[in-house]
Amino acid sequence: MKPAFSVIFLTTLIGAAQGLFLALFTHQSYALFGLLPMQSDEFYGNGSAIAMLLLGGGLFAAIFHLGKPIYMITRAWRGILQWRTSWLSRELIALPAFMGVVFLFGVSHLAGFRPVLLTLPSGQPIDLSFVLGVVGTLLAFTLFVCTAMIYACLRFLREWNSPLTVINYILMGGSSGFILAAFYAASAAPDQADFFVGWAIIITVLAFAGRAASLVRNARLKPKSTMQTAIGVKHPYIVQRSMGAMGGTFNTREYFHGKSIAFMRAIKPAFLIMAFVVPLALLAFGLFTPSLLGVAFVLQYIGLLAERWFFFAQANHPQNLYYQTIG
Amino acid sequence: MTQLALVIDLNVCVGCSACVTSCKEWNTSGSAGPLCDENPYGLNPTGTFFNRVQTFEIGQFPHSETLHFPKSCLHCEDPPCVPVCPTGASYKRKEDGIVLVDYDKCIGCKYCTWACPYGAREIDEKSKVMKKCTLCVDRIYDMSMPEADRKPSCVKACPTSARLFGDIHDPESAVSLAIREEGGYALMPEWGTHPANHYLPRRKTKLKIHMDELERADNPLKVDGHLPKPAKDASSMDDASAW
Repeated sequence: MKPAFSVIFLTTLIGAAQGLFLALFTHQSYALFGLLPMQSDEFYGNGSAIAMLLLGGGLFAAIFHLGKPIYMITRAWRGILQWRTSWLSRELIALPAFMGVVFLFGVSHLAGFRPVLLTLPSGQPIDLSFVLGVVGTLLAFTLFVCTAMIYACLRFLREWNSPLTVINYILMGGSSGFILAAFYAASAAPDQADFFVGWAIIITVLAFAGRAASLVRNARLKPKSTMQTAIGVKHPYIVQRSMGAMGGTFNTREYFHGKSIAFMRAIKPAFLIMAFVVPLALLAFGLFTPSLLGVAFVLQYIGLLAERWFFFAQANHPQNLYYQTIG
Repeated sequence: MTQLALVIDLNVCVGCSACVTSCKEWNTSGSAGPLCDENPYGLNPTGTFFNRVQTFEIGQFPHSETLHFPKSCLHCEDPPCVPVCPTGASYKRKEDGIVLVDYDKCIGCKYCTWACPYGAREIDEKSKVMKKCTLCVDRIYDMSMPEADRKPSCVKACPTSARLFGDIHDPESAVSLAIREEGGYALMPEWGTHPANHYLPRRKTKLKIHMDELERADNPLKVDGHLPKPAKDASSMDDASAW
């Protein structure tokens, strides 16, 4: 497939935002039960604001995935109508819902509006921000699943049609968000940075394993559709002589990444190093040198952009069987 | 239930592309607006088409043959492009099974093209909405036309009658008969999309002559040549009685 930069930015930006929110709320949950010192409202509130910025950036990128940007105003609202069947429609519902809850979570902290809603049997008070955090956590995972299922549900794009797609979207978004949280904590609450760095290392290792597993799986895929099933002729030698167009068509532009085999070979180790190996090394050093955490986030984000590009480019659409030659 | 469809006979398609031009002419002139072209007279002309004729070479020279292969939306009975559409712009009509796009609802996200294994949909680069074969839905129900003209434009144009049009759910229709009796098949059956359009394979007419058609079969004792019958190369009864 031809990678669309709008979708590459959308999925990586909101992935980081979801991970950041999950990191912040994980910390608040630990703190609620006394496992970590509770931080100031500004810590959670400002962190949510950063998540909101990333989500806004993702939403802005998504505008350019529409046929015309004006469709965002005139037609995009229709996108939520088919939630019964379309994962894209579900994502279009989950994204604003998640944004709304992150916003309210941040506001409840920054405004200090945290009325106690219920008390646990242990006497632990549960305030509004905690309830919002639980809802936000559920929505963050819902959004991860919706985003990944857009690709994983397409059964003939076999590189995507796997549970690994969903797992990897969650893990890579989580890794990105936790590294950002570690960097944020290094400046806003330095004594808490190690907590985020620890989780970031665990999630990044898991993401590395998950992505490597999907690469191994994809390398072993054998195409189900062949020239023979595409035109229904049983003969081992079938060569296309004409595609029915001379100057290329939508079908020759949309379904192929347009890069050389050498480029595809080079970008695979490149993104594995940039998105997983380098951040892991910097996280390990970041335990002693917090400023490296910012470098880790930025370098990993570039690596994740490359990863997402490769994710789209690697999918081989069966329609390409019908478009093999210009003539 | 009705399922309108095309049945394309690859045995008689000569690859003239009359269906392509006729389709483009009809569908670029309708009330739904033009099917846009870019550089139509330039070096790299490109544009939106509902139907294309492709050509394949089967086998290796000298034992090769040319296959002309018209390709358009197959109006799948279980269309994978429809459920993925977030806006409901893509839909399958209950009354006749035609898969259509509502150009006023489409947001041009191209998700349906990812979900179609056949590459049957093309985005219009000017209006930025998805377009595809409509089976000339604005033609086949037009009562102002003579009944003979209420067929898709491509079907009307085909000089070799390689394109049949009808209801494949009606077992007595010409298309059902053709599928049943001429070996009609669907493309990429492995994905379970159940395309409504079918293709009839290339078939060769061969005259089969068996040995017993050349020699007498009712000669169990092999007594040809024995008396009273003369041998095959001997003079016959007619010869014998003609003196």
